[in-house]
Amino acid sequence: MSGPNTDYDPVEVTPLKAEHVEEMREAALAAIAAAADLDALKQVRLDHAGDRSPLALANREIGALPPQARKEAGQRVGQARGAVNQALAARQRVLEAEHEQRMLAEEAVDVTLPTTRHRRGGRHPITLQSELIADLFVAMGWEVAEGPVVEAEWLNFDALNLGPDHPARTMQDTFWTEPADHHVVLRTQTSPVQARTMLTRKPPIYVVCPGRVFRTDEYDATHSPMFHQVEGLVVDEGITMAHLKGTLDHFASQLFGDGITTRFRPSYFPFTEPSAEVDVRCFVCRGGEGQAACRTCRGEGWIEWGGCGVVNPRVLVACGVDPAVYSGFAFGMGIDRSFMFRHDLEDLRALFEGDVRFSSAFGTEI
Amino acid sequence: MKAPLSWILEHVDVPAGTTTEEITDRLTLTGLKLEAVESPGREITGPLVIGRVLTMKPEPQKNGKTINWCTVDVGDANGTGEPQGIVCGAHNFAPGDLVVTVLPGGVLPGGFEISARKTYGHVSAGMICSARELGLGDDHDGIIVLPEDAGKPGEDVRPVLGLDEETIELEINPDRAYALSIRGIAREVLVSVEGASGFRDPALRDTPPANPDGHPVLVEDPEGCPVFVARRVTGFDPSAPTPDHIVRRITAAGMRPISLAVDVTNYVMLETGRPIHGYDADKVQGALVVRRARPGERLTTLDGADRALDPGDLVVADDSGIIGLGGVMGGETTEMSGSTTSILVEAAHWDAVSMFRTGRRHKITSEAGKRNERGVDPTICEAAADRVVELLVEHGGAVADPGVTVVGTPPAMPTIQVAGDLAARVSGMEISAERSAECLRAVGCEVSGSGTLSVTPPPWRPDLTDAQDFSEEVIRLVGYDQVPSVLPTPPSGRGLTRAQQLRRRIGRTLAGEGYVEVVNFPFVGEADLDDLGLPADDPRRDLLRLSNPLSAEAAFMTSTLLPGLLRTAGKNVGHGTTDVAVFETATVTLPRHAGPAPILPVDRRPSDEELAALDAALPAQPLHLAVVATGDADAPGWWGGARQVGWADAVEAVRSAAAALGLEVEASAAALAPWHPGRCAELSVDGEVIGHAGEVHPVVCRAFGLPARSVAAEVDLDVLIDKAVHLRPAPSYSSYPVAKEDVALVVDTSVPAADVEAALRDGAGDLLESIRLFDVYTGDQVGEGRKSLAYALRFRASDRTLKEGEAAAARDAAVALAAERTGAVQRA
Repeated sequence: MSGPNTDYDPVEVTPLKAEHVEEMREAALAAIAAAADLDALKQVRLDHAGDRSPLALANREIGALPPQARKEAGQRVGQARGAVNQALAARQRVLEAEHEQRMLAEEAVDVTLPTTRHRRGGRHPITLQSELIADLFVAMGWEVAEGPVVEAEWLNFDALNLGPDHPARTMQDTFWTEPADHHVVLRTQTSPVQARTMLTRKPPIYVVCPGRVFRTDEYDATHSPMFHQVEGLVVDEGITMAHLKGTLDHFASQLFGDGITTRFRPSYFPFTEPSAEVDVRCFVCRGGEGQAACRTCRGEGWIEWGGCGVVNPRVLVACGVDPAVYSGFAFGMGIDRSFMFRHDLEDLRALFEGDVRFSSAFGTEI
Repeated sequence: MKAPLSWILEHVDVPAGTTTEEITDRLTLTGLKLEAVESPGREITGPLVIGRVLTMKPEPQKNGKTINWCTVDVGDANGTGEPQGIVCGAHNFAPGDLVVTVLPGGVLPGGFEISARKTYGHVSAGMICSARELGLGDDHDGIIVLPEDAGKPGEDVRPVLGLDEETIELEINPDRAYALSIRGIAREVLVSVEGASGFRDPALRDTPPANPDGHPVLVEDPEGCPVFVARRVTGFDPSAPTPDHIVRRITAAGMRPISLAVDVTNYVMLETGRPIHGYDADKVQGALVVRRARPGERLTTLDGADRALDPGDLVVADDSGIIGLGGVMGGETTEMSGSTTSILVEAAHWDAVSMFRTGRRHKITSEAGKRNERGVDPTICEAAADRVVELLVEHGGAVADPGVTVVGTPPAMPTIQVAGDLAARVSGMEISAERSAECLRAVGCEVSGSGTLSVTPPPWRPDLTDAQDFSEEVIRLVGYDQVPSVLPTPPSGRGLTRAQQLRRRIGRTLAGEGYVEVVNFPFVGEADLDDLGLPADDPRRDLLRLSNPLSAEAAFMTSTLLPGLLRTAGKNVGHGTTDVAVFETATVTLPRHAGPAPILPVDRRPSDEELAALDAALPAQPLHLAVVATGDADAPGWWGGARQVGWADAVEAVRSAAAALGLEVEASAAALAPWHPGRCAELSVDGEVIGHAGEVHPVVCRAFGLPARSVAAEVDLDVLIDKAVHLRPAPSYSSYPVAKEDVALVVDTSVPAADVEAALRDGAGDLLESIRLFDVYTGDQVGEGRKSLAYALRFRASDRTLKEGEAAAARDAAVALAAERTGAVQRA
């Protein structure tokens, strides 16, 4: 590093001459403009704006000038250096932008390549359907009640007006557990949950009970020893069949589409009186022109959906509800069955075979 | 119940032009649901007529058969009036016989189209039919030869053969036993079908009065058998055939014709609903005695079964001992046979509960038992017996014995008070007391009163016992289709419970982690637990056994979800899905070996103690979560190779589920079947064990059809949900700079990483923000039996920037404590 050049005759300091400074500036600007890429510009910066560049060297000579000349020369060199630095910055921006442009172009990928490296999960459609149904009722202010699957005989039968010699006990083929005299069964219906609810809560009661139930049915396309039911129970003052009809019409329209209603046919269940079979209007043909050829309802216009009725006062008594004050209604539908016709499934067994291709197809929403 | 329509309409009139569909629609809407309408000739179309054989010429054929070349008079049915030339292979007829002839253009069952065709050197223009060709049974011994009075040649033969008879099949609910008869169905037609009238009760007939000359009967148990009627015929021709119309009707009703005597009793049962039993009177020794069976008594019933009787069984005995299970099935010793000429006819009313119990005890289901256990009209025993006698006389040439035995009287029906507005209150419809009374009278009740109705049900409706039963009768006749649709207005609810919400959250989380939910049956067998490799004393071998499993191989309720889930995963692999990740949430059954569940009274609410006793008798049924995964966790692709599922994925699945509940899971080494003994983690939350996870034992993998290195986890979700963090406080975090320090510690391979980490945490003190194990190394550089654990530590203070050396000092303290606790040596 050299200090100020005090030996020079000030008049003889060529680099500080105006034309010479102008030359250096022109040369620098030309080089900057000519720099084709960032590497070239880096060299240009070293050559024309670095410590050893002509302008930097010239700047050092200023101190050697007589004081009266320093100001002018300083201004001249300073302006030149400023212009060069500005040009460098401008060129830098341009080249950087160009570089980025080029990089982005070069980095283009084939976005049609597969992207899934992690397997996709899914929930079981019966779980989803149960939750969907529960949500429909929760939205109305109902609650979701639950109970054990291995259940006391008394709660599964007796409390529901199915005494030990009731012929209807043979309607339901029950799984019994050992020892047989312990009176414990696999629940044949979700109704014991209704009994449990009445036994533990005071009316008004508005609950749905979705859950798995068991019957000794051989496993085939339409029967399974385990299946899913959803039952509903209302116990309140002044409850009538009209409320039952209103609730099921609403349920049907929510699950199967606007305008879908239900039809009641007299039936028999020990826990309800009057009792009815519920048919739901076929949501495909809607009982209209296409009915005769409709696959979903097999030309009936209606689909058998479940059973329902006004809670038998005997059940209320056994469950500690005063039938002089309260009345109620109950209904029960097969969730699997509802799923089968809602989603056009022919063989019930698909629900229980556990093939991941089945559940995956439904993802996490139904 | 299958009922020929013509039989029903013999007993009730419907307006002219009423279609079968109109009748069955109304019956369905009032509670007798139509299952099917059957007609034996429904598949036959085109000309099917009476023909008279004019000539028949036997022509031997080269193939050894002899055919008959016939000419048949079919009247004008063939359009020409000329005899029809037909080739027939049967030989059981002769010229002059009337036969069933299908002409070209006709179609027989099975879509068999008839046309004039050349065969055996003739043009055969039609066919002479056998019963089988018409779908009327399996009789193919020859063609049908019609009786001489069947009709004229050319007339439609369908009515003659009953081919146009429609039989309606109705579903009869257990409370409507009266509809298990033509009598009951005709009555329903009367009350259901608009304009129906003229009900003619088949059980309403003049019967001879009881007299002392009948067969002696002693009823020792009048509660079990309130009415016993016995009649007798002699001189019966056991070879007399059952008339065609009776055969057709009982066949259409689904019963098998056997002999005239048997068919007649079945016919009268179908007609009136009252089961009848016929004894070979010559085999009965002495008086009939009705009583309960005594211990040790046995009976061989008509079906050949030798049965040990129960003291609850109602039996009929004579001097020889027991000769029948009353109301359920007769005995072999007095069975009517092909040589029976004297018949003792029994029409008795039996206690329905006894019938049900006996039927269930001896596993007998019979048409008689079905009716008797549901309840039959007790007032029609005499009429039914008389009707049987009448038919035996008419068709079997028998002579009615003048003796008539009637023991007992039908119990009176109770009168029940029914509030006049009950039907309105129950249905939400406007139904007046008058309208209610009108409906009840229509179904046969006697009704008096106005505000409160005094109602006595008819004797065929033993099901009508409660006021509510009568409201159902009223409402079904007013019409269920008239019930208005009104949404009830519940009070505002609490929404889903927290546990319900959290279960959903876990399901969604696992689905998000790539697991697919499946639903398995909870049935398991000991072999499944053997496959799991559970030792003999494993608590999961304590299972609740089913008394009546569908399969002996799966006779228990499972205590673990793993057998089902491993099986499911194995099946998927078997189907070619090699990368499988499945999960299941379901309750398992853990016996508590408590006492029996009491059968509580139903006339009041049980006490809380009684209810607690019910629950105490049930097994524990915790909700479990299980996952199984196999194959690739991450698929291979342009991004690189596959990542195979490993033990850590099973642990991580549980950690994800727990994290969704705000919980952290700690793992420690365990050795539990079905896991690999060195790759099994016991998982706990807050010090409580929730389950296990890890790599499945290779032997177990093989047993379930899974490749080695498959992984599984099973945890108790109830515990997790119980512990779920509810109101989590908002976190505070520092915005001062972080200081990072990495350390590598060498320890014995037996030292759990969790212990090293715990020591580092404790040693590092409050400034430690986080610690992460980023590398595990074993190999030459650390020596045999040693491993290197590399941790990234982050330090930060909440209130200031750390001073130079503070982080390093904390790191050194952490390392020092790790060295002290675990023998860790810092790697240079």
